[in-house]
Amino acid sequence: MPVLFWTDILIFVLVAVVTAFFFYARRREHLRAPWRQVSRSGVAMGSVVVLAFYATVALLDSLHFRPVLGDRGEDGRVQYAHEVLSVFDLLATSIRTRDEKTYSAPFAAFLYAKETVELPDGRQERRYPRLRHGGSHLQNPDEDKIGDIIATSVFASVKGLLVWSGSCTVLLLLLAGRTRKNLGVVFEDVTRGRTHTRWRSILVTLGFLLVVSFVAADLSAKYHILGTDKVGEDVFYQTLKSIRTGLVIGTLTTLVMLPFAILLGIMAGYFRGWVDDVIQYVYTTLSSIPGVLLIAAAVLILQVYLDNHAEQFASVAERADLRLLFLCLILGVTSWTSLCRYLRGETLKLREIDYIQAAEALGVRHFSIISRHILPNVMHIVLITVVLDFSGLVLAEAVLSYVQIGVDPTMNSWGNMINSARLEMAREPIVWWSLFAAFVFMFTLVLSANLFSDALRDAFDPRMRRQP
Amino acid sequence: MIAYITRRALYAIPILLGVNLLTFFLFFVVNSPDDIARSQLGDRRVTAEAIEHWKRAHGYHRPLIINGDSQGFGRITDTVFFDKSVRLFAFDFGSSDSGRDIGYDISQRMWPSLAIAVPTLLVGVMVNVTFALGIVFFRGTYVDFWGVVVCVMLLSVSSLFYIIGGQYLLSKLLHLVPISGYDTGVNALKFLVLPVIVGVISGIGSGTRWYRTLFLEEIEKDYVRTARAKGLSEQLVLFRHVLRNALIPLLTGIVVLLPLLFMGSLIVESFFGVPGLGSYTIDGIQRQDFAIVRSMVFLGSVLYILGLILTDISYTMADPRVRLN
Amino acid sequence: MNDNVLLSVSGLSTHVGIGAQPIRAVDGVSFDLKRGETFALLGESGCGKSMTALSLMRLLPASGRIVAGAVRLGSRNLLKLSEVEMRRVRGGGMTMIFQEPMTSLNPVLPVGTQIAEALRLHAESAGGGSRQRVLELLRAVRIPDPDRRIDEYPHQLSGGMKQRVMVAIALAGNPELLIADEPTTALDVTIQAQVLDLMRHLQKERGMAIFLITHDLGVVAEMAHRIAVMYAGEIVEQADRSSFFSRPMHPYSRKLFDSLPTLSRREQRLKVIKGDVPALQHRFTGCRFASRCDHVMPMCWRQPPTWHAADAEQKVLCHLYGTQTHTPQFSGSVNGGGDRPSLEPDRSVVEPLLEVDALRVHFPIRKGVFKRTVGQVRAVDGVDLDLGRGRTLALVGESGCGKTTVGKGILQLVRPTSGSVRYEDTELTRLAYSGLRRRRSDLQIIFQDPFSSMNPRMLVGDIISEGMKALGLTATPAQRRQKMERLLRQVSLPGDSAGRYPHEFSGGQRQRISIARALAVEPRLIICDEPTSALDISVQAQILNLLRELQQQAGISYIFITHNMSVVSYIADEIAVMYLGRIVEKGEVVDILRAPQHPYTQALLSAIPALDPATKRAVIRLQGDIPSPSNPPSGCHFHPRCPQAMAICRQSYPRRVRLDDRRYVSCHLFDADAGQQ
Repeated sequence: MPVLFWTDILIFVLVAVVTAFFFYARRREHLRAPWRQVSRSGVAMGSVVVLAFYATVALLDSLHFRPVLGDRGEDGRVQYAHEVLSVFDLLATSIRTRDEKTYSAPFAAFLYAKETVELPDGRQERRYPRLRHGGSHLQNPDEDKIGDIIATSVFASVKGLLVWSGSCTVLLLLLAGRTRKNLGVVFEDVTRGRTHTRWRSILVTLGFLLVVSFVAADLSAKYHILGTDKVGEDVFYQTLKSIRTGLVIGTLTTLVMLPFAILLGIMAGYFRGWVDDVIQYVYTTLSSIPGVLLIAAAVLILQVYLDNHAEQFASVAERADLRLLFLCLILGVTSWTSLCRYLRGETLKLREIDYIQAAEALGVRHFSIISRHILPNVMHIVLITVVLDFSGLVLAEAVLSYVQIGVDPTMNSWGNMINSARLEMAREPIVWWSLFAAFVFMFTLVLSANLFSDALRDAFDPRMRRQP
Repeated sequence: MIAYITRRALYAIPILLGVNLLTFFLFFVVNSPDDIARSQLGDRRVTAEAIEHWKRAHGYHRPLIINGDSQGFGRITDTVFFDKSVRLFAFDFGSSDSGRDIGYDISQRMWPSLAIAVPTLLVGVMVNVTFALGIVFFRGTYVDFWGVVVCVMLLSVSSLFYIIGGQYLLSKLLHLVPISGYDTGVNALKFLVLPVIVGVISGIGSGTRWYRTLFLEEIEKDYVRTARAKGLSEQLVLFRHVLRNALIPLLTGIVVLLPLLFMGSLIVESFFGVPGLGSYTIDGIQRQDFAIVRSMVFLGSVLYILGLILTDISYTMADPRVRLN
Repeated sequence: MNDNVLLSVSGLSTHVGIGAQPIRAVDGVSFDLKRGETFALLGESGCGKSMTALSLMRLLPASGRIVAGAVRLGSRNLLKLSEVEMRRVRGGGMTMIFQEPMTSLNPVLPVGTQIAEALRLHAESAGGGSRQRVLELLRAVRIPDPDRRIDEYPHQLSGGMKQRVMVAIALAGNPELLIADEPTTALDVTIQAQVLDLMRHLQKERGMAIFLITHDLGVVAEMAHRIAVMYAGEIVEQADRSSFFSRPMHPYSRKLFDSLPTLSRREQRLKVIKGDVPALQHRFTGCRFASRCDHVMPMCWRQPPTWHAADAEQKVLCHLYGTQTHTPQFSGSVNGGGDRPSLEPDRSVVEPLLEVDALRVHFPIRKGVFKRTVGQVRAVDGVDLDLGRGRTLALVGESGCGKTTVGKGILQLVRPTSGSVRYEDTELTRLAYSGLRRRRSDLQIIFQDPFSSMNPRMLVGDIISEGMKALGLTATPAQRRQKMERLLRQVSLPGDSAGRYPHEFSGGQRQRISIARALAVEPRLIICDEPTSALDISVQAQILNLLRELQQQAGISYIFITHNMSVVSYIADEIAVMYLGRIVEKGEVVDILRAPQHPYTQALLSAIPALDPATKRAVIRLQGDIPSPSNPPSGCHFHPRCPQAMAICRQSYPRRVRLDDRRYVSCHLFDADAGQQ
């Protein structure tokens, strides 16, 4: 039975908006030209591939359903499990379900903590027990493990390379068809980086990611490649699940705040007078509250509300989802003011520009002036802001979750991973893998987003600068 | 000038009133005082009397905005809104939900916050300006390219990792400084080193990149060409002309932050166990102490507005073109 | 080499931009500049003259580089010097001032400091940067009250004064050569006269050579000893002043003269140069001017022309002079059309279309705690105008006099503070938003800047049809399309223009699109706000011809806002001269140009550089700058600058004195009651 969370709905709305924008921009030269410039940047194109990988995981993780239970109910109707899963969970069933007892290091075959084990002869001994799943196929882990890992990796790499060369061939054929060039010529163009769009960077990044994913997938079927956490859950699974949380916060927040920022910013700048005074008052008031405190206050309130109305929610996941959505909303409230101010200033400038005056002299109505003249000329600012804000929001999620005013503690997120791992800092030897996993996945995402947004800003408006 | 400051200060009143109304709405209208009492007391012991007692003890027993039972001014003053929010204007913060005097706590805890925030800011600015000038001097070369790449990488790392990494490296591996804690007087120094270093390093990426764009923007202006046409050397052009002009946005960008330094850094303070206002706020949040959070929201807004006014004043001092009116 | 030669440039080539096709901004330029002379480089925008100057100084932008040639200052080849040695040449041997005095000075340093800095760099004696020396320089560039000005910041000085400070900085190193890149283009004409006068004076005093870059033939005529004409990256003609102005040889030079609007050409179409300047990305096989030349021959396409010397002073890069033994014949003389039209003003009575009465537009200045209004910027302060059907009224004045605000006030784009604007039978100032919208189609406006006057994100077709749609003038899209095609033909734009974006068009073409946009709603009156001042002379002629044609065909009236007197003399029927928000003199164009009465009008006309030195009036030098409209002088606004000011001028604003039925002037000199005349 499919389940639609609020954030799922908004994610699909967002996908629809992006798709619509794509088709809209395709037909407009002034929108296409900057994108073409972005596509000429190798770094940006590599980042796009990385971002697309993340987005795919997040999208798969947004298709929720409740699985059918094996046995039928008393009235013969199909019974659904209480637990809500996603398509991604289904794909990752093997790592999702293979829990250990507690911590174990990456690729370990033994638990991280000693346990009292009953030996066959009846004596009891404290030793590191074998893991239930990780490396359980090995007879003698100490000797066989390295060889097994290498063999599995090599085999997986070959699979990855095969898939990669397949997709390369398809792409080259498509390019050859479109440019009506000989396949060999196209191949040379791509490898020498002479194509308009930097296909070379795209393909290199894609190849790297494919190999890494295949290796990770094959290895994680046998080991916990990033270890397990305190309750024995696979860290690799956790960090993959965290992708959706990070992306939702990074994108939905801006989606939520955009209508306010655009409408109010343009109205303040266009109508001036008392409209401007009111809007300025509203955003000055909001922005004068330190963001973290506003979020803290709002989340506290929500927390109390949720505690007192626990009966309204069908499942823990639904509650956590609502909290996530609320976090997006409140982050949106704290972040729309800067865009609104920027748009107001830009509109004030545009309003004095000759073509707006000409439109006014031609008797064009206010609404048409705003929608035909002002909005298209500030859209690039909106776009740049959205993309620039993204990485900041992903980072903010971690900090907020750490302060415990972020996402629900039951939800997988990098902030929660760091927060729980931090408590084990004092342990000897140190439990480092949760931190490491969160670091690698966050850093890759944020770095790609930063590199991409830099290229985007250079293409759309190199003069635009913002204080970090 | 005086008139300008007066006007800005007066304009702050409706804004602070707005802030208070908003927080009041968040705290008391979305959840009634009963809800707060219930969550403060915990689920088990909740009886109607207990709630009533708690509300009376903490001053939440009055009506919210208008007291119909009172006479005259009392209709307005004898309410939760007046008692809890309007009194903030006199910086009378009242007592926290756990009974401590918030005003006293703030006056005690702002010094550790400043002791970390001020050196972090000063050292950070110096380091970032130096790096940015270096990158700009070699603009268009590989130094520039890789400098920017390193900056982007640095700013892609969450500040949490800087803290964890710093603690692990300096305290745990090298045993140079204590991992966390605080002390009074000179003894505080050894506790301050690590937070300041971590604060500076975590700001290098964004700071250096931001200053670099400021400098590059100035370097393209016409007056720089005039300076070169005089025969000035590149170093003099950079230091005497470009830096002077870029300092204006740079300084004012810093001034706006100055008052907020009192608030301290939430994460750094709580990670390093520094008893400043930042960790105070976090404690308030985690204990769900609304009185503290509300006070800090108000204090933060006041300081923010103060920052804006100071920014405008610093503009007039740094930039001869700007006159306030 | 001749000892007298100070600067010798040979084969200089500069490319701008990277990649396979850089712009060849300067392509093999050679010339010699003698000591103590003024050498003018004349050319239209984009021909590479600024890049030539920056190449000489080695101050090219980051994307530019010198690819070939030699630049010798005295005996040294500047292109071979190290950067450290070159720095000593900059400011010492030669120095440069730029077009934009507003942005060319460091805004956060006092002007005295900026001059002292240059002095210290090139000081031969001790105390190079002393206050005394700075004050001497400020006096040398005739800055009034130098003791006060030395400590002021650039924003406290007017544009003219900033340019003088630039000159002072340039003089600090006692250079032998001053490169002046359009030094007066951003200044008003009376201020331009002051600065040009100063430069001539300094040259005489110091024996300094000047390399003057300009697009203005008038400035060349006033300043230059010798002239080089630049076109598409190369020099096409070199001559001394008298030969050039009496007998320009290159077809391009001739065209430049022919396309100048003048009073004597009023009754004819202006000559135009067809087409556009060619793109400089690729190499040329033949003559660069071939595609636009009226005398083009087959060989012009095939092989680049070579230099032909007419005499010791004049040479030209053109095939016409190589193949033929005789000098080619051109039609017309330099100074105007052959048959003199009657220049008597048309005194027939015309039907009034627009009457403006006591129009005031004030912008409040707010101050203090409660933003009290403490003063007014009196941008427009009591303007009366009337305009007949099919007539053109020129509103003339220097920047900041309020002429643009008058235009916007008439259109109600800025709501007037008081006064009346009567169009036919309607009082526009009293109309509300919707009533005004119904009247919008009758009054239109064309702007100065062809780049900001069109939404870059809209197709030209949408831009032109916007007004028709908004006002519901055409019923169906098909009708709209039909009308648009007609409009495009009318303004001579290609038929496929509608499907393209504004950035694909040149400045002149964009101005045609603006005109088409205005015409689309069939206006009776168009306010033209400096429609040609951002354009080159040859393109200006095209636009003026078009406006003239439209008036003859459709009987449209124009209010022509401009500071350019030569345009006024060509196109206007009447002139109203504005000074500080008020009209000081109004009358028929011929009357005013021949016999200006108001001292300001006289000074304004005398300040315009004349092509023919013989017709040049004696320059009436105005003191100081235009005062601020927020704090106008007491009495007659003009009295602080007026050479004929009397006691009464300080006390009361003069009445309007009618000189005849079409002409009035506001000046105490003509007011019999005001005494002492």
